[in-house]
Amino acid sequence: MTADLRTYLAHVELPNPVLTASGCGGTGRELAQFSDVHRLGAFVTRSITMAPRAGRPTPRMAETPSGLLNAVGLQGPGVEAFLERELPWLAERGARTVVSIGGGTVAEYTALARRLAGAAGVTAVEINLSCPNVEDRGRVFARDGAAAAEVVASVRAATPYEVPVIAKLSPDVADIVAVARACVDGGADALSMINTPVGMSIDVDTMRPVLAAGTGGLSGPAVRPLAVRCVWQVHAALPGVPIVGMGGVMTGRDALELILAGACAVAVGTALFHDPYACPRVLRELEELLQERGFDRLADVVGLAHRPAGAQPRTRSDLEESSL
Amino acid sequence: MAGSPVQVTGTVLTTRRVDAYHALTVVAPGIADRFRPGHFVTVAVGGRNSSMLTRRAFTIHDVKPDYGGTVELVFGVRGAGTAWLADLRARDTLDLVGPLGRPFPLPRDPCTCVLVGDEHGAAPLFALGDALQRRGCRIDFVLGAPSADRVFGALRARRMGETTTLATEDGSLGMRGTVTDVLPGVIADARADAVYACGPMETLRGVTAVAAEFGIPVQVAVEEFMACGIGVCMTCVVPVIGDDGVTRMVRACVEGPVFRGERVRFDDVGTIPFDALGAPGGRHA
Repeated sequence: MTADLRTYLAHVELPNPVLTASGCGGTGRELAQFSDVHRLGAFVTRSITMAPRAGRPTPRMAETPSGLLNAVGLQGPGVEAFLERELPWLAERGARTVVSIGGGTVAEYTALARRLAGAAGVTAVEINLSCPNVEDRGRVFARDGAAAAEVVASVRAATPYEVPVIAKLSPDVADIVAVARACVDGGADALSMINTPVGMSIDVDTMRPVLAAGTGGLSGPAVRPLAVRCVWQVHAALPGVPIVGMGGVMTGRDALELILAGACAVAVGTALFHDPYACPRVLRELEELLQERGFDRLADVVGLAHRPAGAQPRTRSDLEESSL
Repeated sequence: MAGSPVQVTGTVLTTRRVDAYHALTVVAPGIADRFRPGHFVTVAVGGRNSSMLTRRAFTIHDVKPDYGGTVELVFGVRGAGTAWLADLRARDTLDLVGPLGRPFPLPRDPCTCVLVGDEHGAAPLFALGDALQRRGCRIDFVLGAPSADRVFGALRARRMGETTTLATEDGSLGMRGTVTDVLPGVIADARADAVYACGPMETLRGVTAVAAEFGIPVQVAVEEFMACGIGVCMTCVVPVIGDDGVTRMVRACVEGPVFRGERVRFDDVGTIPFDALGAPGGRHA
C-alpha cells in the first residue's frame, strides 16, 4: 500500500508535499545531478529580482550549532536571464516550478509578477517579503502587515488567476498571525513560513563579525521550533489557508511535525547543503511514518496536532473493526 | 563538466599522519572511477544527527584501484569538523559526495610545467603530475610552507619531478622565503611553458603575477570556504572575469575550483567589485 501524498496549494495539485526551499536548490540543474527535479512536489527557485544581482561580499556563510547563518544577498542573474535559461529548463523536465520573487519596492514586485505572467511553466509565485523596502528606510516588508498586504495585492492583481500567489512570512515580527491575516486579506492564496530569522555570529579570534554583511538569516534545525510555533499559530487562526512549512527540516519526522502543526506542504532548505538527496529521502521517510501510524492520506494528518487532548485519531484498524 | 558526482558511504581503509597533516584513505569506487586531477570531494562531519550542517570540502590527493577504488584526502585540523575527521579509525564510515568541480585542464602537446603547492594545498599536484607525465610533459615542483613540518609531499615530489625546489618562511627546509620568491628562478631554469598552483589566495595571487611576468599560462585551484560543494548555497563566490570581459561572482565549487589565474581578481576577493555584473549601483539592469 502506498499512501496518498497529494496535496494542494490553493487549487493546484502537487503529487507530494516535499518542496525545495527558496535559495537552497540553485537553478535546479545542480540537484538534478542527484535526483529528478520532476519528482519534487515542486521546485522553488531562489528569489528572482528584476536586475542581475552580485549579492553580498564573502564570507557569506557561518556555521552555528545546528544552524547556518547566511547573507548571500539574493545573488542571481535577473528575471530576463531566468526566463531565458532557467525556467524553460525546469519546464522541459516537467518540474512544477514555484517562482520566488524579491524586490525593493511594490512597483518592482508588480513588474516581476507582470513579467512572469506570460511565461510557461510557472506553477505558483512565492513573494519573498523579507526584502528591505527602499521606500521605508530599508525595513523589510514582512515586518508590517500593511506593507506586506500592499505587495501581495499588487502581485495578485498582476498574476493570472490560475497561478496561486504564496506570501512568505518572516518570524521576526511581534504577531505573525496579524501579518498572515493581512496577506490573506490582500489576496494571498497560500502562505509559506518561516523565512530565516536574523542572527549574528562573532569570531572571537578576529573579534569581528563572521559574516561580511554582519548579520544573516539563521536556518537549520536550530530554528525548527520557531517554525512549528509559527505554523501552529497561523493554522489555528486561519485553518482554511494552505501553509508551506519550512525551517530546519532534515528528516521525514521533522516534515511530519510541521504537517501536524498545520502545514500542507513542507520545504527542505538547509538540509540540501548537507545532503543533496534530502528531498527524496524526506519524502520516503514521511511516507513510511504515515503508514506506520495507519494513515493512507496525507490530508488526514494536516493540522492533526490541533485536535483536543484525549481525542484519538481514526486509524485503519478502527475502520476494519467497524461492523459496517 | 566531467561525469556527474555521486554520494557514497565510504569505509575508511587507513588513516595516517603526514607531518603536520592527516591523510584518510576511503573506499569510494564511484568517486575514484570518475576522478580527474583537481577534483574535490565533500564530506559530512559529526556523524548522524550532527550539529555541523555544512559539508567539508577537500581536494583528492590520490586515487588507487584497491577494493574497487579508494580516494585519499589530506587535511589539517582547523576546527571541530576536521578534529572529528582526524579521530576516524579504519572501518568507520564516511559520507562523501564527489567528484566535484572543474579539474585541471591538461596541455594537448608535451610541454614543461611547474607545479606550485603551498602547505597541504600541494595535495592534488601529484595526481596532476602523473597525468602530465603520461602526456610526456616535464614537471618541476615548487613546494612551500611556513615551516619544514608543514611542507607537504616533498619526498614524492623529489621522486617525480625533474627538479624540486622547497621554500620555508623560517628557512627550516630548502630556501628561506615563499614559493612566490623562488618561482621566477624555477620557471627560468626549466624554461617552463605553464604553471599550475594550489594554495591560499595570497599565494595564488603571487604565483599568477610571476607567471604573467613570464607571459606563460597559469591554472590556479582556489581555496574558498564552501558549505555545499554542489553549487546551491552560493557561499564560495569569487570575482572572475569571463570570456566576454565581464566580471561575475562565480562559484568556486562549480565554475572552479580551477581557474585561469589571470581571470581571477585576487585583489577584489572578499568584495563585490563595483564593475561586477549586478554589483550595487551597477548599470547592467
